[in-house]
Amino acid sequence: MNLNLSVNGKLHAIEAPEEMPLLWAIRDVIGLTGTKFGCGVNQCGACSVLLNGQLTKSCSIPVSQAIEKEILTIEGTSKNLEFLRQAWSDGNVPQCGYCQSGQLIAATSLLDTTENPTDKDIDTVMSANICRCGTYTRIKKAIHQAVAIKNESI
Amino acid sequence: MSTIHKIDRRDFVKLLGLATGGIVLGCSIGTDEKNFIPTKDSKGFHPNLFIHLEKNGNITIIASRSEMGQGIRTSLASAIADELEADWKFISVKQAIGHEKYGNQNTDGSRSVRTQLTPMRKMGASAKMMLLAAAAKKWNVAIEDCSAKNHFILNKNTQESLFFGDLVAEASMVAVPSDESIQLKDVKDFKFIGKTLKSVDLKDFTHGTAAYGMDIRLPNMKFAAIARCPVAFGTLKKFNKRYAEEVTGVETVFELPRIIPPTGKFFGMFGGMVVIAKNTWAAFQGKTNLDIEWNPGANASFDSETFKKTLTSRVHSTGKLVPGGHGNVTAAFEVAAKLIEATYHVPFLAHSPMEVPNATAWFQGNTIEVWAPVQDPQTARSELSHFFEIPEENITINVTFLGGGFGRKSKSDFVVEAVAISKKIKAPVQVVWTREDDIQHDFYHATSAQYLKGSLNRKGEVTGWLQRVGFPSIVSSFKPFSEYASGFELNQGFTNNPYLLENFRLENVQAEANVRIGWMRSVVHIHSGFGINSFIDELAFVAKKDPIKFHLDLLGEDRITNGDSAFPFYSKRLKNVLNKTATAAGWGKKLPKNHGLGVAIHYSFYSYVATIVEVSVLNKKVKVENIWTTIDCGLALNKDNIKNQLEGAAIFGMSIALYGKISMEEGAVAQNNFYDYQMTRMQDAPNIHINIVDAMKEPPTGVGEPGVPVIAPAICNAIFNATGERVRSLPLSDLGMV
Repeated sequence: MNLNLSVNGKLHAIEAPEEMPLLWAIRDVIGLTGTKFGCGVNQCGACSVLLNGQLTKSCSIPVSQAIEKEILTIEGTSKNLEFLRQAWSDGNVPQCGYCQSGQLIAATSLLDTTENPTDKDIDTVMSANICRCGTYTRIKKAIHQAVAIKNESI
Repeated sequence: MSTIHKIDRRDFVKLLGLATGGIVLGCSIGTDEKNFIPTKDSKGFHPNLFIHLEKNGNITIIASRSEMGQGIRTSLASAIADELEADWKFISVKQAIGHEKYGNQNTDGSRSVRTQLTPMRKMGASAKMMLLAAAAKKWNVAIEDCSAKNHFILNKNTQESLFFGDLVAEASMVAVPSDESIQLKDVKDFKFIGKTLKSVDLKDFTHGTAAYGMDIRLPNMKFAAIARCPVAFGTLKKFNKRYAEEVTGVETVFELPRIIPPTGKFFGMFGGMVVIAKNTWAAFQGKTNLDIEWNPGANASFDSETFKKTLTSRVHSTGKLVPGGHGNVTAAFEVAAKLIEATYHVPFLAHSPMEVPNATAWFQGNTIEVWAPVQDPQTARSELSHFFEIPEENITINVTFLGGGFGRKSKSDFVVEAVAISKKIKAPVQVVWTREDDIQHDFYHATSAQYLKGSLNRKGEVTGWLQRVGFPSIVSSFKPFSEYASGFELNQGFTNNPYLLENFRLENVQAEANVRIGWMRSVVHIHSGFGINSFIDELAFVAKKDPIKFHLDLLGEDRITNGDSAFPFYSKRLKNVLNKTATAAGWGKKLPKNHGLGVAIHYSFYSYVATIVEVSVLNKKVKVENIWTTIDCGLALNKDNIKNQLEGAAIFGMSIALYGKISMEEGAVAQNNFYDYQMTRMQDAPNIHINIVDAMKEPPTGVGEPGVPVIAPAICNAIFNATGERVRSLPLSDLGMV
């Protein structure tokens, strides 16, 4: 079917079966490859996007559910995403980097909903994202650091 | 070993697509000079050498090794930049294609820095010498009157300075310094080496712009998924492709015959049924809809639980004697005050990098071009040349970022698949594995059984050590019917046991392979590290001695083993990392209730590692609270990167200890995805404390792998310390402990 998707503020008119997972519409039809495939079954978080601000595993929802909603992917920007990017760089967080798109989007969602997350808040949200390289301690530190950067910027 | 060559600038400007002009330097690592004549290529995408300086001062450094998270692009570039006296802000890194002119590119065995640091430093140093000579000529002074600093050449007499970029034309006229004339910097003068540099790829990693294999998009590219027989080496019996072809986006469905590698090299591919589609999802759907009947073949009845019992019974009787033992264990056991026996198990493990195996290929009759996340691009190239009968010079392997490797991407079966399919459909194609494909068709880390028997005298000292091991050999993937672990595998911790043992005997038992066996991060050290450290802990307990003191006593007096090798073993350095870790962890301190500390040490990839783990155990559930690791890896090239690698190794080791298990039933892998082959997650992650020994005058040794083997035994020893319960068979999830 023909459908319109709004990704990072830009409208894309695409043709895709309505049951195609949003992940593949983003990657293979629109061609934004920053959102990653890791498991296909809502287990690893590599495909995380924000759908109308809601943290969503794009591998596990059909593209039809994203119509008329605003999609934020790693190629996009938001205030909290920028604070997190800064903190990720300051902390030299990534190793292979593959899961970090999803980690950053999940962390953005966390900061969007929780002003000053505790370690437990971080564990709750970020445990949906697997990093096989094992950068968890740096991710946790970087999320706290992003809050600090944010507070300094106000 | 390394020779520096200067290349005609025009060829390189053309090749690199650079319009600004510049000087290019190359370094051949043990190869022939003809390799430095650049290959003509209309696509202009083949950077051939290591340093390219432009008039605006920008320097492009070529990374010859694959980047899979170990930070090699940054580390080797920093070594070049240090000797070159470059300003880091002008440095960018470009990935090399797979070509023997770069020397060995096999990114494996924790050896990139170990083998490439000196050649790369020479690259930088020779470029600096040429810039110095150019400036001296310009000023008409002696070279000795010039020095290089932060992207400038300084005139000591006049205090004048010249920017590197302004010396491009003159430096291009300077003769290349001879290898013997190259002088490397002293440790005290290092600017980047031994310090901390952040990854050069941070911006791409945080913006989704780093191109991994799966991110390659070519015009008119098709996507392919492959259904492979659930049982290793099984074949297609019959199939119905109708329902697959009905999926929207599916174009064709066909049979892909297996490619069997020649004995001794390459990997070939399984073959199966291929679904070609317009997008990845349609290919996956088509594959799901295939109705296939397989001939499972020789491995149809393989059951990993039965195999565990078989291996266990084999290690409980005499095996083949492995050379290198000494003394007489039988005699020692006869007069022992105490005899201790234990049997340990590690299951099969899958690598499961976050980026599944994938490759993009375009077979165009006389040429092949590949874009893939490969650890060993040269072997992939040779393999393609062999199977598809295309000369290597017509095969281009573009190395993308690897979304994790851990040894999986050393095996290029997925590249062979992509090329075979592209050849068949006469179009560029990207083969993508599902996560289920990845978990069910890996080159598995072998399962193992180990039996240890030790004797103590009345003073609680070890007098005899018998170890029998059995695990399917990696060699079986290259040479069928290899049914015993090979010498190179046993030399990963078993034959080179670091302890001073008066009576030591090692035996090897039969272990046939019924799945593809491969190497995974730290390889056989996973087995040896687990068995030996667990057993030492058991001996120390029976001897009523502190485990750390027991390790130290058994390591004996300071000594050097393999003194004539490039990397001798120093028992002192192993003791040092152990002592440092004990101090960091506060060994001996009073612990909270239900907490325990466990220790493990291991020497691998020429590095010395000690780890102490603190666990808490509540209602039989284990939580890893703290991990302290100390590494002595000789010269520490990029400190924060090493720290990151060791933190990651702790998490990787935890995945092995807590969850790692692949099992086979009726020949097929029982696990499917991350819900039943679990990984350590954020909620499991402990506090990790890394300490790097200052050993800048020693040659650099491995970093990526040595942090792994200590984790599982240290966790299990900590559990024993907390509860008195000994875990001898991994993983903890099998015992209901996580």
